[in-house]
Amino acid sequence: MARGRQICKLQRPTLGSEIMRETVLKDVHAALGARLVPFAGWTMPVQYRGILDEARTVRAAAGLFDLGHMGRVRINGRQATEYLQRLQTNDVTQIPAGRIRYSMILNDEGITQDDILVYRNLKNDGFFLVINAGNADRDLAIMRALAKDFDVVVDDQTDALGMIAIQGPRSQDITQQLTNADLSSLKYYAWTIGTVLGVPMEISRTGYTGEDGFEIYIPQQHTRAVWDAFMAAGKSHGLMPTGLGARDTLRHEAGMPLYGHEINETTNPLEAGLDWAVKFTHDFVGRAALERLLASGGTGRRLVGLTSNSKRCPRQGYEIKANGQKIGQVCSGNISPTLDTNIATAYVRTEFATPGTKLEFLVKDKAEPCTVTALPFYKRQR
Amino acid sequence: MRPNDRSYLKSHEWCKIENGIATIGITDFAVSHLSDLVFLDLPNKGSNVTIGESFGEIESVKAVSDLYSPVSGEIIEVNKDLTDNLEWLSSDPFAKAWMLKIKVTSLSQELQNAAAYEGNCVEG
Repeated sequence: MARGRQICKLQRPTLGSEIMRETVLKDVHAALGARLVPFAGWTMPVQYRGILDEARTVRAAAGLFDLGHMGRVRINGRQATEYLQRLQTNDVTQIPAGRIRYSMILNDEGITQDDILVYRNLKNDGFFLVINAGNADRDLAIMRALAKDFDVVVDDQTDALGMIAIQGPRSQDITQQLTNADLSSLKYYAWTIGTVLGVPMEISRTGYTGEDGFEIYIPQQHTRAVWDAFMAAGKSHGLMPTGLGARDTLRHEAGMPLYGHEINETTNPLEAGLDWAVKFTHDFVGRAALERLLASGGTGRRLVGLTSNSKRCPRQGYEIKANGQKIGQVCSGNISPTLDTNIATAYVRTEFATPGTKLEFLVKDKAEPCTVTALPFYKRQR
Repeated sequence: MRPNDRSYLKSHEWCKIENGIATIGITDFAVSHLSDLVFLDLPNKGSNVTIGESFGEIESVKAVSDLYSPVSGEIIEVNKDLTDNLEWLSSDPFAKAWMLKIKVTSLSQELQNAAAYEGNCVEG
């Protein structure tokens, strides 16, 4: 049983022999009954009480997440803007101070190296990037190599800052009890500095669940006290600690890509449906390759959503078939507690990408029915 | 300590032998580690299982795992009710949640007693 096929990225052992990194909250998770697993080189809580229960709690009330594994990098210096225009696909000149954009780092072939968030500083004097843990080393190598051509400082803050997220409809009520920042006026994908426990910290209205919520960047020596303060303030609101297992389910329901699944070293942003985060207004790495791809009509495949009421769940790597022919492959599969059905994302040949198209996924040799479904699977009521 | 009347594989299956018939299932550790079980696929009565080979699959919210046989032989009985009552795996993994009864022709060399198996039940 232990040799079971490793379907889920969360259970994939980290390559290499490096020592697992731990966030400052590891003992807190253990005391809360978390199951701690290796994830992207870090020991992280995959679940506390149960993945489905935790996911439902975030949709109904709120969940608290330790995201200390995510990479956090400040970009400062005279040419920070020019540097980022080269590094990533979005147009940072169009980001107002205090706002945030989703973006990607590509290679020269237009292939996705990572997906990132770009924060523009409140005073317009620099940027802050949040990058994936599993890609952090490669990202930093890319960033530092490119930095040689610009008057810019790449400052890895991953150890200096803690990162937690609160997600769910009660997030603002809970967070507002703890901070002087006016959260009701903080827009989605905007950030501010507020004090929590008397300590100034960056608070952004962002997240990876499809719910309202905040991500908070904390001077590291205060991370544990801030986590405890959130747990205490949230108790009467039903706030529960939430692991990476539920986070994956929630982001998938909300149609958000996960590096290593929907996007990876073989995909480009166009076929992934992420062209909205690519602006051909500036000379980013990978632009020429994407333009060639556009001119030639693309790769002939497209990322789609699938739903299935089968007893089996489509899982990463499963084949997708139409009329007996292989026409695609599953990127992520989850049992959706919110929609009460199986959901999957898959790359399929473009002629099969229209919502409503009936397809099949293969569990070993057995074909199970599924239907192409528009993404996202879940959108909260605003 | 888990029941002493049976033996265990590192891969978390248990095997209890009485009169040449092996009853097999999976341990409480396996069940708690999988969590949120959603599907169990067991073979049919009359088919054969082989030591170290997969005889079925168990699916949880996040993963599919193969089930490995600690014995070779013919399946003489399948706990068909279990597939519709996966909660038995949590409530009674060593009795009500048995999976197969097998007429044994040979036994895995890797079976351990309860005390030795304990060493495999470490988180992480």
